[in-house]
Amino acid sequence: MEKTYYNPADLKKFGNITEFNKELGDKFFDYYGDVFKEGALTAREKSLIALAVSHTVQCPYCIDAYTTDTIEKGCSEAQMMEAVHVAAAIRGGASLVHSVQMMNKAKEMVGG
Amino acid sequence: MKSLNATHHPLSVTAQQRHVLEDPKLALPYFTERLERSDLPVLVSNSLDVLQVNLGRMCNQTCTHCHVDAGPDRKERMSREIMLDCLAAVTAHGIRTVDMTGGAPEMHPDFRWFVEQCTALGTHVMVRCNLTIILANKKYHDLPEFYKKHKVEVVSSLPFYTADRTDRQRGKGVFEQSVEALKMLNAVGYGVEGSGLKLDLVYNPAGAFLPGSQTELEAQFKRSLMADHGIVFNKLFAITNLPISRFLEHLVRTEQYSDYMEKLVNAFNPQAVAGVMCRNMISVSHDGSIYDCDFNQMLEMPLTAGMPKQIANLAKANVIGRKIATGRHCYGCTAGAGSSCGGATV
Repeated sequence: MEKTYYNPADLKKFGNITEFNKELGDKFFDYYGDVFKEGALTAREKSLIALAVSHTVQCPYCIDAYTTDTIEKGCSEAQMMEAVHVAAAIRGGASLVHSVQMMNKAKEMVGG
Repeated sequence: MKSLNATHHPLSVTAQQRHVLEDPKLALPYFTERLERSDLPVLVSNSLDVLQVNLGRMCNQTCTHCHVDAGPDRKERMSREIMLDCLAAVTAHGIRTVDMTGGAPEMHPDFRWFVEQCTALGTHVMVRCNLTIILANKKYHDLPEFYKKHKVEVVSSLPFYTADRTDRQRGKGVFEQSVEALKMLNAVGYGVEGSGLKLDLVYNPAGAFLPGSQTELEAQFKRSLMADHGIVFNKLFAITNLPISRFLEHLVRTEQYSDYMEKLVNAFNPQAVAGVMCRNMISVSHDGSIYDCDFNQMLEMPLTAGMPKQIANLAKANVIGRKIATGRHCYGCTAGAGSSCGGATV
């Protein structure tokens, strides 16, 4: 066992997840490949979305992979950071919007 | 920043670069092995359409990734005698394009004379212009007019559409000067639709990664350069950094060499092999030596046995059908969408 939960070298071994369940692993990678193909969104737009989501799910492998991918696709640092702020805004907003519940309850308890 | 040559760096010696690239301890296939594995024959030239002429290694810039190791401290330059040999080869073989490079080719005192001689032969001339040379000295300010007069195709490096990433690779202030030079070229019609004056930009990655889609990069460059600076251009060529000279030194020093080579090998695309530029060109060094491509020139890998070694002997030689000299650096031209002096090949 590694001494830490995350090892950067494991990113390259992502494909090995088929080892314990080939059928589902293959299905996942087929799906994954199709999702990132050029479609109604460009591959570049999808990469920026993936970068933002990587920060939301706080996956170091994904952050590594999609920082590389967005740079390779010609995104600027400003574009990448804006994408992360979109993720942060949704996360922050998701907390804050729940404060309406808190406010409702507080007003109920103490009047207002 | 000084050139590797000026600092007597071990990697300024081409034999040392070849040694690093062909190291048997590197757990990666040799290029010829990879071709065999894909049932592809060895590379063979199929025409001679382009003569790429390196006029010398002097440059006003010292870019971190330069595969020529060019810079202000490099003094090598082509003699007029060798230029005449180039013209003789162009005439003898009916070569359609002369692609002038350096260093900054414009710094050669016979540059304008050589362009005039080439265009007088009816040859299409391309110049690899680093843009900042136009502003470097008063004597270069009229280059856009000169290019226009001779209908030169201007091919200019601009690693990115933002200042920070461009300046990190090419030096402080380079982006701003490049933008000014591009505006001067636009002002005389370069890159402007219907003018017939071609202005192409060259993108190369700012680090140890591969270029993305040339089409998407071109669209992004066009959007940003127009929105931010009102600049237009024709095409963007996305070029892969080859592990040669200063970029090789950068890879070794930052311990990215093995990973980068692995990345190139893993991205090997059999379809890109058909379009490699060495199939239709000859590259000439400032000293008159000839090579299959610019990269072989920098590694001093001459044409294969039985072929001429000097431009003076090219006019009377038949070089079509020759076997091309290859090495692991060739993975740079066959990775992903392929790479050539004209960008992606697939």
